[in-house]
Amino acid sequence: MSERLSVRKTYKLYIGGAFPRSESGRSYVVTGAKGEFLANASKASRKDVRDAVSAARKAFPGWSSATAYNRGQILYRIAEMLEGRRAQFVSEVAEADGVSGKKAGELVDAAVDRLVWYAGWSDKISSLRGSANPVAGPYFNLSTPEPTGVVGIVAPPMGPLFGLVSVIAPVIVTGNTCVVIASERAPLPSITLAEVLATSDLPGGVVNILTGSSAEMAPWLAGHMDVNGLDLTGADAELAQKCEELAAENLKRVLRPNGKTDWAADPGTGRMTAFLETKTVWHPIGI
Amino acid sequence: MIFEYAPAPESREVVDIRPSYGLFINGEFVDGSGTPFKTVNPASEETLAEVATATEADVDRAVQAARKAFGVWSALPGSERAKYLFRIARIIQERARELAVLESLDNGKPIKESRDVDLPLVAAHFFYYAGWADKLQYAGYGTTPLGVAGQVIPWNFPLLMLAWKIAPALACGNTVVLKPAETTPLTALLFAEICQQADLPPGVVNIVTGAGDTGAAVVGHPDVDKVAFTGSTEVGRLIARAVAGTTKKVTLELGGKAANIVFDDAAIDQAVEGIVTGIFFNQGHVCCAGSRLLVQESVAEELLSSLKRRLSTLRLGDPLDKNTDIGAINSAAQLAKIRELSEAGEAEGASRWSPACALPEKGFWFPPTVFTGVSQSHRIAREEIFGPVLSVLTFRTPAEAVEKANNTPYGLSAGVWTEKASRMLWMANRLRAGVVWSNTFNKFDPTSPFGGYKESGYGREGGRHGLEAYLKEIS
Repeated sequence: MSERLSVRKTYKLYIGGAFPRSESGRSYVVTGAKGEFLANASKASRKDVRDAVSAARKAFPGWSSATAYNRGQILYRIAEMLEGRRAQFVSEVAEADGVSGKKAGELVDAAVDRLVWYAGWSDKISSLRGSANPVAGPYFNLSTPEPTGVVGIVAPPMGPLFGLVSVIAPVIVTGNTCVVIASERAPLPSITLAEVLATSDLPGGVVNILTGSSAEMAPWLAGHMDVNGLDLTGADAELAQKCEELAAENLKRVLRPNGKTDWAADPGTGRMTAFLETKTVWHPIGI
Repeated sequence: MIFEYAPAPESREVVDIRPSYGLFINGEFVDGSGTPFKTVNPASEETLAEVATATEADVDRAVQAARKAFGVWSALPGSERAKYLFRIARIIQERARELAVLESLDNGKPIKESRDVDLPLVAAHFFYYAGWADKLQYAGYGTTPLGVAGQVIPWNFPLLMLAWKIAPALACGNTVVLKPAETTPLTALLFAEICQQADLPPGVVNIVTGAGDTGAAVVGHPDVDKVAFTGSTEVGRLIARAVAGTTKKVTLELGGKAANIVFDDAAIDQAVEGIVTGIFFNQGHVCCAGSRLLVQESVAEELLSSLKRRLSTLRLGDPLDKNTDIGAINSAAQLAKIRELSEAGEAEGASRWSPACALPEKGFWFPPTVFTGVSQSHRIAREEIFGPVLSVLTFRTPAEAVEKANNTPYGLSAGVWTEKASRMLWMANRLRAGVVWSNTFNKFDPTSPFGGYKESGYGREGGRHGLEAYLKEIS
């Protein structure tokens, strides 16, 4: 009996809850840390970027008006699904980064724990960032944070799973939707993460993941007039400056790259607050 | 019945305007290197004073002075910085009448507004942030100041915008280089004297006057750590582009095209007052002005006739007259812009109406104006006019009101008039705007964060939130 031939996975994009190939028909070769062939990943185009932004915009009203409790539970559900696929992620991270199985296991565990951490923030960030303001007059005056809208994310090239989860979770937990440009070097875990997202009760379109060339796609995202925020964590200095200039056209909120991020450190609230607006409502007091 | 009013002018004797002003750098008035410019009273076109223009080299001197002062100022205990700010707040209160008259002279706004709105808010803002200076560790944004703040402010609320910029910056331990608008530099220069009276250490506050080039030099200076700007969205974009790739922290408070939404169950008389306050306060030179009236179709006719009746009682004229409701347009350029957009409104098919209203012969004036039959695609429904011009649109359902209100690239403010609390909160949740006034409009307070969504800019001024713009993020 001959050895069984394995059934390989086709890695596609994740847009609006579906897994399409790039409309351009393009793909690129993804290799492991030792240069071995891993897969042909989709190489997303400008049209794919625009489709992803449309999907994210469409998902925004529903996701941003879901209760914080509901969003928290869904993020926790993502952690559960990720944990359930631990073995698969360990092997993908090990292949992508050339790290030992033990190290890859630690990274997958950290990604799960980070999701759990952010899940708990969904119904607490408003208490921290909001305020009742003692104005000098007969008014009830309340400030509350609200999500910015559609956020474009250039995911970090290193940390194809832990880094990726660390940039997506803080953006969506508060009610934003996003379009993510995955690590160009190691995109495969991002598509496997999309399979997790697709089975976690996360509405389609809340997270859209594109693989391909960051340098090609990021400027389209940065210049898109229906994108409200831009996380440039994964962009190099040159690309980041170009994207920030493009983002000025509709005054996107920009989170600049901050040197080398230590993903293992306490992330703080900065990645959430970068994409929150403050709304202040004045209401007269009277009978 | 027609009421006759005798003139009731506020005396301009309380303020002593010098024939010429220099730049305020390192605690002293110094000459500017550029060609001086004149600032005029927009109500009479009379020249008030000649003001220095700061060149790039002058701005550099100001930034160096601020950098040097930063070491001293940021090292002071917060409680000492607080006392300087309290002192400034008190001097502003003591000299409030003088400042109010000067503001009305240079800006054209009615004295009753500069005296009863601008100045009380200016003093309150300094008083409020003074109290934060020694309590930063409780605010949640860290306690480390950024350094030198470059601040560029507009002409519509000259001294109030100065307060919004300088008070939080100083409270957090930063030093500032501030550029007032070229048409309204005088109260900022009087504020410089107040800094001297308060014995504020030299270089903590520097005031550089000039036009756009001076502003660009402030924003672009490599040793400026923080840029704060209030003004047009167009200039906001240029600034956002100019700071790309730097580590400068930026807050932008830009334009607006706010919807003021009136439901059929609203208290109509109160709503009419709110509409008037919303768009005719400060001649409509207000970024958060309620320039689009969205009225529910069933009450549109009743509301508009009340509104027109009310507008016929507004008094336009001498800004220094205590009975004046509507003052002068700030500049010839702004008047031209208001005229151009109003003409576009007519050309695009909207109906224009103004009350019978005699305009003074000299100066820059525009009568309160209402456009009806406006559709969402009209320029007067989309572009910020920044003048006393109201565009009226109608809606049938709450969902349609939300859709129309949010159909703008701006998102600074909105108003909702309804007696039903649950509907009000439903609306407030869905409006994409930084400030929502429910059954009121154009209310401001130093404790209340102010700032926009979308292309109205980013960052908040006022309240605990206002500290974030002037402190290093905790990483």
